Amino acid sequence: MTNLAKRKKAELRFRFYGIFSVFLSLLFVAILIFNICLSGIGGFYKTIFLTSIHFDQKLLNLEDNASEEQIRNASFSKLIKNNFDETFKDYSKDEIKQIKKLFYRKIDIELKNFLISNPEFLNKTTKVELTASTHIDQIHKGNFDRSVQEKHRKVNNFQLEIYDKFVEDQKVKKVWNSTYFTSGDSRDPESAGVAGSVMGSVFTILICFLLSFPIAIFASIYLQEFAKTGKITDLIEININNLAAVPSIIFGLLGLGILLNFFGLPRSTALVGGIVLSFMTLPTIIVACRSSLRAVPPSIREAALALGATKNQVVFHHVLPLAMPGTLTGAIIGLARAIGETAPLLMIGMVAFIMDIPSNPLEPAVGMPAQIYLWSESSERGFIEKTSSAIILLLIFLIVVNFVSVYFRKKYEKKW
Amino acid sequence: MVNAINTKNLNVYYRDQQAIHNISLDFLKNKVTALIGPSGCGKSTFLRCLNRMNDVIDICRVEGNISLNGIDIYSKEIEVEYLREKIGMIFQKPNPFPKSIYDNVAYGPRIHGFTDKKEEMDLIVETSLKKAGLFEEVKDRLEDMGTSLSGGQQQRLCIARAIAIKPEVILMDEPCSALDPIATSIIEELITDLKKSYTIIIVTHSMQQAARVSDKTAFFHLGNLIEEGDTSKIFTKPDHQKTNDYITGRFG
Repeated sequence: MTNLAKRKKAELRFRFYGIFSVFLSLLFVAILIFNICLSGIGGFYKTIFLTSIHFDQKLLNLEDNASEEQIRNASFSKLIKNNFDETFKDYSKDEIKQIKKLFYRKIDIELKNFLISNPEFLNKTTKVELTASTHIDQIHKGNFDRSVQEKHRKVNNFQLEIYDKFVEDQKVKKVWNSTYFTSGDSRDPESAGVAGSVMGSVFTILICFLLSFPIAIFASIYLQEFAKTGKITDLIEININNLAAVPSIIFGLLGLGILLNFFGLPRSTALVGGIVLSFMTLPTIIVACRSSLRAVPPSIREAALALGATKNQVVFHHVLPLAMPGTLTGAIIGLARAIGETAPLLMIGMVAFIMDIPSNPLEPAVGMPAQIYLWSESSERGFIEKTSSAIILLLIFLIVVNFVSVYFRKKYEKKW
Repeated sequence: MVNAINTKNLNVYYRDQQAIHNISLDFLKNKVTALIGPSGCGKSTFLRCLNRMNDVIDICRVEGNISLNGIDIYSKEIEVEYLREKIGMIFQKPNPFPKSIYDNVAYGPRIHGFTDKKEEMDLIVETSLKKAGLFEEVKDRLEDMGTSLSGGQQQRLCIARAIAIKPEVILMDEPCSALDPIATSIIEELITDLKKSYTIIIVTHSMQQAARVSDKTAFFHLGNLIEEGDTSKIFTKPDHQKTNDYITGRFG
């Protein structure tokens, strides 16, 4: 009896350890996500000043009904100077210069874009949403300590005073930052976006999937169904398993040495990135596919063989469809790992300042992890926020990919 | 009486282990022959030689001569796929494909290119299911998964699948061992029906089953063919002591 009590106690203790471990791991995930969301959500918003602007025809040197082309070529600097001088006529020239610094330094482009999409405001006065400078943006979001000494701040006391006055007049607003999703990288946190790196990641993963998935499936089918079991097959199997454990930077070196230097493929492109990542995902998919193939009951193979099916027909009509859910899961786990991979991409130059959004896999690109790495290195406060926002996007991307894999597994799983 | 299959001096080895010792056995056309014997006596191995299912096993080696209608099935002229079209097989455990009932039956005719037309295929499926005595039970749910049927129905589906490609011989490897008595009796009746059109060779552990369904019986022991002959004779006046011991339940 005492023995039984002891055993029951041990079971209870073990349960407690289990619950504690589960709780601990969930806690870590929760802290991570909470922390990133806290610092990253702000990056999806930007601060704007509602500013009254008079689009004077003469200052822009434009005729009535000016075409888009003409507006694009017009210089807005005179117009901006004139409007600022008008609005802040009580301030000195030097002060106006400082007020201007509250705004993003490329408001001329913003005004230009506004006029292009609303040409009816030519020669009229209207309120325009002008992006605030990154420092004001950070102050408005509360990421900035005002008690810091003036000389250690990017925003001086006079500028703060003006900002407070704007706030009082309800001219400052926090709006959804659509540029963040539509533009590429930039030196200015105000206009930096993830579109370039998202496209880079998409192309890279696409290439990676298109290469690794079919190759892995054919390799697995051959090894599992056709190859004679023997020393050579064993050796290949061991090496594939080893390959899955190779540090990812080695694959980057391989890409640098062979793809770039030997084959002369273009540097920093999604094509090379995809090939390198497919080296990395291949073993993962092969291992998953082989174990799924092995799990298909031999009775199914025998049934098809006994009907006079050829080996090929057995594999492609019966075995492979049954192994597909497991293979897809393996493939998506491999791809999810590849999406988050930075190290191999560093070696092939996919970590660079690239402003243009790539439109095909042969254009220079960075992936999302590399973009996060690049931004995290930047000293500007605005970029810290952007980094966290990009991490949130990457996490959402991964979660979506995982859900897709669960969906496909459920869809193709056959009930026995 | 015509022989459907003749085997002569058949020896089968798994690596160095000899599983079948010099067996010569002939199977009469349109008769049911039962292979009986204790576990591990080589009857399943022998059966699997007849449609070359042992080909898939790397370590298995077959020596001797097997002929179907006088043609050597291990000769180069015979493609194994063609052979299996002529000699169907039913396995111990029902193994329908995880596809619809219709597709299960239509699979064989489809890969052998019997027909491209939907109506003709429908007819093949229907007649096959009817011959297997399953059509009435499943006619309204041909699109259901074959695996959703009960064990006995699954086995009859496998029989329908096998006869859909119009074989001459049907091999049955303990077809009822996974079934309950009622499903078993249905299958046994079916076997009696089927022998009108097919030669049936059945491996069984149940002596009663062998006595009920077969015309001929062969008794195997440790890879040797001990005795063969009419079922009635084997079960009443066996020549060999071993056969007598086995059928009276003294060993095995």
